[in-house]
Amino acid sequence: MKRAGFTTRWLPILLLLPQLVIIAVFFYWPAAHAVQSSFYLEDPFGFGSSFVGFDNYTHLAQSSEYARIAKFTLLFTILVTFFSLALALVLAVKADNVIRGAKTYRTLLMWVYAVAPPVAGFIGLLMLNQTWGPLAELAKSVGWDFKLGVNFADTAAAMVLVSVWKQVPVNFIFFLSGLQSIPKSVREAALIDAKSSFRRFWDVTFPLLAPTGFFLLVINITYALFDTFGVVDVLVKGEPGNNPMTLVYKVYVDGFRGNDIGGSSAQSVILMVLVLALTIFQFRLIERRIHYT
Amino acid sequence: MTETTHIPVAKRRLKWGRVLDHSILILGAQFMLVPLLMVLQTTTTTDLETIRNGPEFIIGDQLDDNFRAAMFTASGFSGENTGLRMLANSMILGIGFALGKIVIGMMAAYALVYFRLRFATFAFWLIFTTLLLPLEVRILPSYEIAQRLGLLNTYTGLILPLIASATATFFFRQFFRSVPEELVEAARIDGAGPVKFFIDILVPLSQTMIAAMFIIMFVFGWNQYLWPTMVTTDEGMYTLVRGIKQLTQDLEGTSIPEYGRANMLALIAILPPVLVVIIFQSWFVKGLTESDK
Repeated sequence: MKRAGFTTRWLPILLLLPQLVIIAVFFYWPAAHAVQSSFYLEDPFGFGSSFVGFDNYTHLAQSSEYARIAKFTLLFTILVTFFSLALALVLAVKADNVIRGAKTYRTLLMWVYAVAPPVAGFIGLLMLNQTWGPLAELAKSVGWDFKLGVNFADTAAAMVLVSVWKQVPVNFIFFLSGLQSIPKSVREAALIDAKSSFRRFWDVTFPLLAPTGFFLLVINITYALFDTFGVVDVLVKGEPGNNPMTLVYKVYVDGFRGNDIGGSSAQSVILMVLVLALTIFQFRLIERRIHYT
Repeated sequence: MTETTHIPVAKRRLKWGRVLDHSILILGAQFMLVPLLMVLQTTTTTDLETIRNGPEFIIGDQLDDNFRAAMFTASGFSGENTGLRMLANSMILGIGFALGKIVIGMMAAYALVYFRLRFATFAFWLIFTTLLLPLEVRILPSYEIAQRLGLLNTYTGLILPLIASATATFFFRQFFRSVPEELVEAARIDGAGPVKFFIDILVPLSQTMIAAMFIIMFVFGWNQYLWPTMVTTDEGMYTLVRGIKQLTQDLEGTSIPEYGRANMLALIAILPPVLVVIIFQSWFVKGLTESDK
């Protein structure tokens, strides 16, 4: 707080009110509601609900389907995070190196940031469609008969590919700005000390980029868990069937389509705990970064 | 100075390194760009041609026909979700969300930073807890509440729940704290009240920050998918991004899918946020990379 703050009584309350009302109605109320419904079993016809304690949770813990989806989500998250970070890092390092065309490259590599995930999914659908999709043709030419929406592994591969395409720009922007904030003197010193550019990268640039990397790691995990909903939904064409899906998609399918409010709420709560842990981890990282850089 | 340190390093290797750098960057740019080019190409040809030959390296003459079909014909039952209508809805969502978020965020941040409030710490925690949980994990109860409040198929219902997170508030709080304290002291000596100080000094000072926030929030709002999918069932309320799902279903059902129209709609969904990001690149990058500090 500022030392020379104003002392008016009613004004700050008035200023805070809109924010507080909105988060009370659309944040705390729904969050509390989710926790509460996770302990109830809703009648599928809407005639009230009964308290069932932890039944919804034990049910999930025993469900082999839920375990399978959780496993897939884990694999999906690892793949998306790894590939989008790795690709973006390579591109950012190169974009930081070149002088000619630097701005053009930067624009070409970051515009996809503004594409909505479902639209990205839609483009993926076209690129991979069986009658004329250019990527499907390419796969066919190397003997891979790509069957989007039919073959589990193919659909999963498409989800990863589209999600990576959509996420590379964000990582690229952060890595590039991280690289550009490395002081010139450090770079020059490194240039004198290490002849090979590979050594310079591993010994100097990479450690200096580590805070950005950790921060992005959390961002990417959150992205893969939540923001890929649109990608998944469009690629499976709204028909989950035997297709791969992520945990968030399952919340939606069970709650909205299957009308299993209790089970869906229990899943929401599990995700809340997961994301809470992630965010706290992220806050601690940011705190560290402020202290040591 | 930096140039002179570059020169002593063996000249030939440096050149090959350059070529490699550019090749990797060009490959990366292609990875991002080719899907867009495919969408662009198919908006210029007839659907039959697309089905028969796939995307080719020619520019057809169907651009205006496809554009007209996308803008003025509607799929679905009510005939209300023309491209034009969806474009308008997307604009309302993007701009409404960005403005709402900025206004509410600035007000709350101003109250938190510049006033002595007894419950300031409590309000701070209340507000910043919302950063921990994305809308996706409390989607079902949010829907129930929107329903109970009669907000389904309204712009209020579309926008308000999305505003219930404190990203902008957090950002403006950080910024206000970096504003020198002498300013508010000087303003008080000159007899300016809190309202005058806010409007005449703080808002003009925050111009760049407001612009950066607006760009990020506009893109974020425009690209929303899950919440609009749930809260709008009335076709006249569809946004472009929400309409994507219907497009994919349209492509499934018919014998000659309207690729030209569908891709044109996808293009219209992509262009506004992408243009905003490209045109205001430097503000956008600054806002994005500084919001995490």
